[in-house]
Amino acid sequence: MLKIEGLTAEIDGKQILKGLDLEVPAGEVHAIMGPNGAGKSTLSYVLSGREGYEITGGSVTFHGKDLLAMEPEERAATGLFLAFQYPVELPGVGNATFLRTALNAIRRQRGEPELDAMQFLKLARGRMKELSMPEDMLKRGVNVGFSGGEKKRNEVLQMALLNPSLAILDETDSGLDIDALKIVSDGVNALRGPGFSALVITHYQRLLNYIVPDRVHVLVNGRIVKSGGKELALELEAHGYAEVAA
Amino acid sequence: MNAMSNNAEAFLRRAEALATPAWAGALRRQGLDALAKSGLPTRRAEAYKYTDLSPIARAEFGAAPAALARPALPAPRGRARLVFVDGLLRADLSTLPPRPLSDAAAVLGTVENSAVTPVAALNAALAEDGMFLDIPAGEQAGLIELVSIVTEAAGPIAFHPRHVLRLGQGASVTLLETCQGPDGVAYLHNPVFEVVVGEGATCAHTRIQQEGGSAYFLSSVHARIAAGGTYDNFTLNAGAKLARNEIHAALEGPKAACHMNGAQLVGDGRHADSTTFLHHAAPDCASRQTYKTVLAGRSRGVFQGKILVSQAAQRTDGYQMNQALLLSEDAEMDAKPQLEIYADDVKCSHGATVGALDEAQLFYLRSRGIPEKEARAMLVQAFLTEAVDGVADETCRAALDEAVMGWWREMAA
Repeated sequence: MLKIEGLTAEIDGKQILKGLDLEVPAGEVHAIMGPNGAGKSTLSYVLSGREGYEITGGSVTFHGKDLLAMEPEERAATGLFLAFQYPVELPGVGNATFLRTALNAIRRQRGEPELDAMQFLKLARGRMKELSMPEDMLKRGVNVGFSGGEKKRNEVLQMALLNPSLAILDETDSGLDIDALKIVSDGVNALRGPGFSALVITHYQRLLNYIVPDRVHVLVNGRIVKSGGKELALELEAHGYAEVAA
Repeated sequence: MNAMSNNAEAFLRRAEALATPAWAGALRRQGLDALAKSGLPTRRAEAYKYTDLSPIARAEFGAAPAALARPALPAPRGRARLVFVDGLLRADLSTLPPRPLSDAAAVLGTVENSAVTPVAALNAALAEDGMFLDIPAGEQAGLIELVSIVTEAAGPIAFHPRHVLRLGQGASVTLLETCQGPDGVAYLHNPVFEVVVGEGATCAHTRIQQEGGSAYFLSSVHARIAAGGTYDNFTLNAGAKLARNEIHAALEGPKAACHMNGAQLVGDGRHADSTTFLHHAAPDCASRQTYKTVLAGRSRGVFQGKILVSQAAQRTDGYQMNQALLLSEDAEMDAKPQLEIYADDVKCSHGATVGALDEAQLFYLRSRGIPEKEARAMLVQAFLTEAVDGVADETCRAALDEAVMGWWREMAA
């Protein structure tokens, strides 16, 4: 599904990723944990195609294709989804318009028929109910005036609608209280299955009580320095990155 | 003085050769005097520092052809419409019986600078036709369309329609104005409106300027608003090589209101200027202005907005915002807000921003599968939303949205 080999990347001439290797098979949820500045967010942006990062070496294949050669929108159509740590506000763009435009853009690129407004609303309302989102969030500007929890739920709603085969969750737990954390985690868990993989990037072990990973990787200084089962997260929580990574 | 000595010489010579309709007599004299005295303004004039009219002064314009054209017209959006072709009102193509301008003698040339500013003086000197819409007290006239079309066959003509719109007490009207013409023809459209809004009357005026890409558009609207009356103007400047659009409005009675919103979509090699002058002359009046300019390629946008608050205009509530979005590094925006306040109990705010598309927003949209072109179009539309949302009438709003999409399709092609 996703295979990263020897990936090196820099921003403004500063090397952040220093030969990162990682493989996520179909149907598995992997967690990436690491201290601040280890390269966690850089990895998520490089995978989703944000400008400003220079790839200096290595390769990333996604469904057998060269991911790094694709535009961000092609990556999304191929099945990649990034849940942002800080979702962007889009004043003047209605949430419903945004969601339907995105869904139809992806369906078009996949050769599927587009949904009309009625079909879309029916689908969106169902998903929103599952995420305990009030319906008026469809009418508001994208993320405008949303609380931190609402923004994260809006990310999960987008994920549920766009139906990706690989979701990257970038610090999705930051700024969430325990109720919101549970709703968001339920949203992710509902998608789990043989055709869905996730890369859960997090600073704390807490999220992994709700989204239980198949594998845990420790990212330090631009490299995966250790991998293990879900118990590795507890070990990190108890002893800190310095000791575990040593 | 020798009229031939200034830069309006060609226009003055044409005016001499024109037959003078009865309604135009006094107005024409005022216009000719102003034009002969000052000519067309040069960039040395403060109000024309950013907009150069010398291409218009140098151009050679012809008269409209004698044979009446029957161009294809846009589909009507309402039941009542007045149609101008090559500058002449065409009763045969209109669905509203026009009133003669001679009935508007009491208004002509009287509304807020409507004979003396350079744009209006040029019109006054050369006006040959126009419309007079007179909405009697208490009448709710609904939507009226005003369509101006220039035909390719007319060539580089100049036309200067003088329009009068008068609303009696408590009357209302929604006026949707569209201006179109062929690309590649350097014609001049120089319309002037005089608008008289009676007590408690409401006038919503939406203007969609989509003149041809080589055209010149010099326009001004002059409005006088009585107590409790409202004048709403939305102007879309989306066409013409050089467009200048002025609005002069006076709030003359207590609790009158004026909203001036606008959008300018300026393509490569073009120039668009919105200049507003708002006079708070009475107490307890409110005014709102929101202008948005989108600039592509090597283009230039101008916004000049002056709010004058007279001593009598206590408890004035004024707001002015002007924002520009630069889609290219070669585009330029000049903005000049001006407040002149003589009353002491006044709330007046203004602001201006100039910026590029937000890369983080663009990436967010693309990361959701939306192709770059479409994502950019969404963000440009979002930028315009705040101004366009001021247009409440659904028909006008739909026409505006179509014009914005049309501009964008041309831009992206």
